[in-house]
Parts: sequence; structure tokens; C-alpha cells
Amino acid sequence: MHDAAKESKMIRDFENIIIKTVCRAIIPFIQLYGLYVIAHGHYSPGGGFQGGCILAASFILMVLAYDIKEMKKRMSEKINTILCSTGVIIYTGIGLLCVILGANFLDYGILEIILPADAEHSRSLGILGVEIGVGFTVMAVMVSIFLNIASAGEHEDGEQG
Amino acid sequence: MIWQLDFILLVIVVICAIAAISVKDLLSSAILLGAYSFLLCLLWTEMGAVDVAFTEATVGAGISTAFFIGAIYHTSRRTKD
Repeated sequence: MHDAAKESKMIRDFENIIIKTVCRAIIPFIQLYGLYVIAHGHYSPGGGFQGGCILAASFILMVLAYDIKEMKKRMSEKINTILCSTGVIIYTGIGLLCVILGANFLDYGILEIILPADAEHSRSLGILGVEIGVGFTVMAVMVSIFLNIASAGEHEDGEQG
Repeated sequence: MIWQLDFILLVIVVICAIAAISVKDLLSSAILLGAYSFLLCLLWTEMGAVDVAFTEATVGAGISTAFFIGAIYHTSRRTKD
């Protein structure tokens, strides 16, 4: 327990040029793969949850290779919270839009009234929208959980830096 | 489904699970749990449940291992019992 402070410092300033360079090269491809998994979630394995986890893993890799401050330049706590709420709003918004148009909750077929497509394509697009919402929320919540665990809840010091 | 492959993977999964709860080093335990999740992902892919396998690979082997390692940095690395 006595060296817990030293070990927890390891996760903040750990210097290794190989790890940093490899992570900087590989993170865009991880994020691209996460977006691919979300975008193809309705007709192949994967979906919003898995794609959101992959996107969150890219940010966690950034925290592990650099530090928390470096990652917060890309996605601060404010943007994280906004993304989390936006995902829930997209999900329930699409669901309630179906209710407003006269069908059941998340019954995407009725979206053909407002979309320039027939019922089958409206169903596909509705599922895609829901997957995007789920992906946003899962990514934001996973990154938030990891930041709170890795910094013992103290990462809000020096916020918006 | 090839039952020999299923059997081999299941044996390795059980070995990884027993090793993860019996090893004294917590960091080794977290890594063994990641290996367990990855082998379970292979087993589910072999059984045809590709979506479950994908979830296991991302959440079990990817995110939760990072969570465990992040938590272990804030406690002692060796167990007392």
C-alpha cells in the first residue's frame, strides 16, 4: 500500500518513445474501425455497443500511452458529458418520433412519412440512427468510467485544460 | 462445429479461469482474465455466435482488462490471503 502513490503516478507520466509513436500511428485506425462497426451494425456482427467500446478503447489507449491531460485536450469532461446525453437523446428521439407519427416505440417503419425512402429503407435507417446514439453513449460512459478509475476520481482538477 | 476444437478450447478456458482466481499477483490475474475472455471469444466464434463473440472481444478482453489494470494501480499488487 505504501507504493500505491508511486504506482498510480506511473499511469500519468510514463515516458517511452516507441509506445507513444506506435499509439499515435494506430489510434486513427482503431477509431476508423469503430466507426465501421457502428455503421455496419444493422446487417453484420457488431453494432452500437461494440463500436462504442472500440472507440472508447482508442481513447483509453491514448490515456495509457500519454496521460490524462493529453487526452482531455481531445475530449474534455464537458464534451464527454454532452456526447453521453446526445446519444440518449438520439435514441429516445428516434423512438418517440415513431410514437408521434402514430406507431409503437422504435417502430421504424413509420418513418417513411418523413424520410425520402420506402418502409424497408426507413427501417434500416432508423436502426442505424439508434446504433449511432448507442455508440455515442457507450463511448462517453466507458471513457468516463476509465478516467474515474485511473485517477481515483480526481481527474477534474485543472478542468478544461 | 468441430467437437475436438471445442473441447480443446474449453479445456484451455477452464485452465485460464482456475489460474486467474488462484494466482497471487493481481496484475497477472487481470491479464489471465483477458486471456480467458479472448479464448471464450474464440469458442463462441467457433460455435457460430459471432455477435456475442464480438461483444466478448471488445468488452471482456479490451475494456474490462484496462479497467482492472487501472484499478490495480491504486491498490497493492499482491493479495494478502
